[in-house]
Amino acid sequence: MRLTVNGRSSDGFVRDLSVRELVETITEAQRGVAVAVNGEVVPRSTWAVTALAEGDSVEVLTAAQGG
Amino acid sequence: MLFGKSRLILGTGGANSLAALEEAVVASGTDLVTVALRRVDAAGPGLLPMLDKLGVRVLPNTAGCYTAGDAVKTAHLARDAFETDLIKLEVIGDERTLLPDGVELLRAAETLVGDGFTVLPYTSDDPILARRLADVGCAAVMPAGSPIGSGLGISNPHHIRLIRQSVDVPVVLDAGIGTASDAALAMELGCDAVLVASAITRSDDPGAMADAMRHAVIAGRLAFEAGRIPRRFHALASTSDEGLAQW
Repeated sequence: MRLTVNGRSSDGFVRDLSVRELVETITEAQRGVAVAVNGEVVPRSTWAVTALAEGDSVEVLTAAQGG
Repeated sequence: MLFGKSRLILGTGGANSLAALEEAVVASGTDLVTVALRRVDAAGPGLLPMLDKLGVRVLPNTAGCYTAGDAVKTAHLARDAFETDLIKLEVIGDERTLLPDGVELLRAAETLVGDGFTVLPYTSDDPILARRLADVGCAAVMPAGSPIGSGLGISNPHHIRLIRQSVDVPVVLDAGIGTASDAALAMELGCDAVLVASAITRSDDPGAMADAMRHAVIAGRLAFEAGRIPRRFHALASTSDEGLAQW
């Protein structure tokens, strides 16, 4: 299926991929990561049971210098 | 205390490298460091582990937000990422000045207080807005001395003093500091703490400037507590004329 992850759209994601599985492909960080799907915050406690769907837009964020 | 023992909060924007930032954090003696939230591919690794290693607390911020809605969403993401209710709330009004949008700021502050956050809003040097922010339950107010990164210092010291008298929550001078004397002045005006980023990270020697800021904040606070002498139009001799030789 197709997802947009941090602004980049790509195909080939497996169906029903969980948020947790997606995050693990992007970063090894255990702490300091937050996720929004289609503009809504997905709490870390629900990453494992939140399945992504075709066309979802996912933001995976962490601490950066600034502010 | 909200900002720890040191009364100096460090911003992390503008540093050339993680190593330079680490040197500054150590030299500043800070207990609290603010970080932004960005996409993992843009942020790069290492910042959070470094701060954890140094044992400083993280103060997430909403840098880059222009609306209350964006800032509230960013704050919720930050709480989930960093497991803290602390949020440095920034809602910027325009790109040229980076000054706060007071209307959006107050709206976001009220929402986030209701959502259980400990809200530290970056605000303008307007005493009325500062009071409104305190009234909706902000844990501190953080007026700008002058625009972010400008290094212009405190352009309206009188307003900073008025803010100190207008609210019962801590006042943190945030933005505009250029050098150590600006930080000392903020503390002499009665601020409870100072937040410094660019003045340290963009200086020629961030470690040395962080050390200077640490001393300035301590000196300014001591001077404030000691109570400065009033300003006088004419001189007041410090030496008595009594016993002066007559020729």
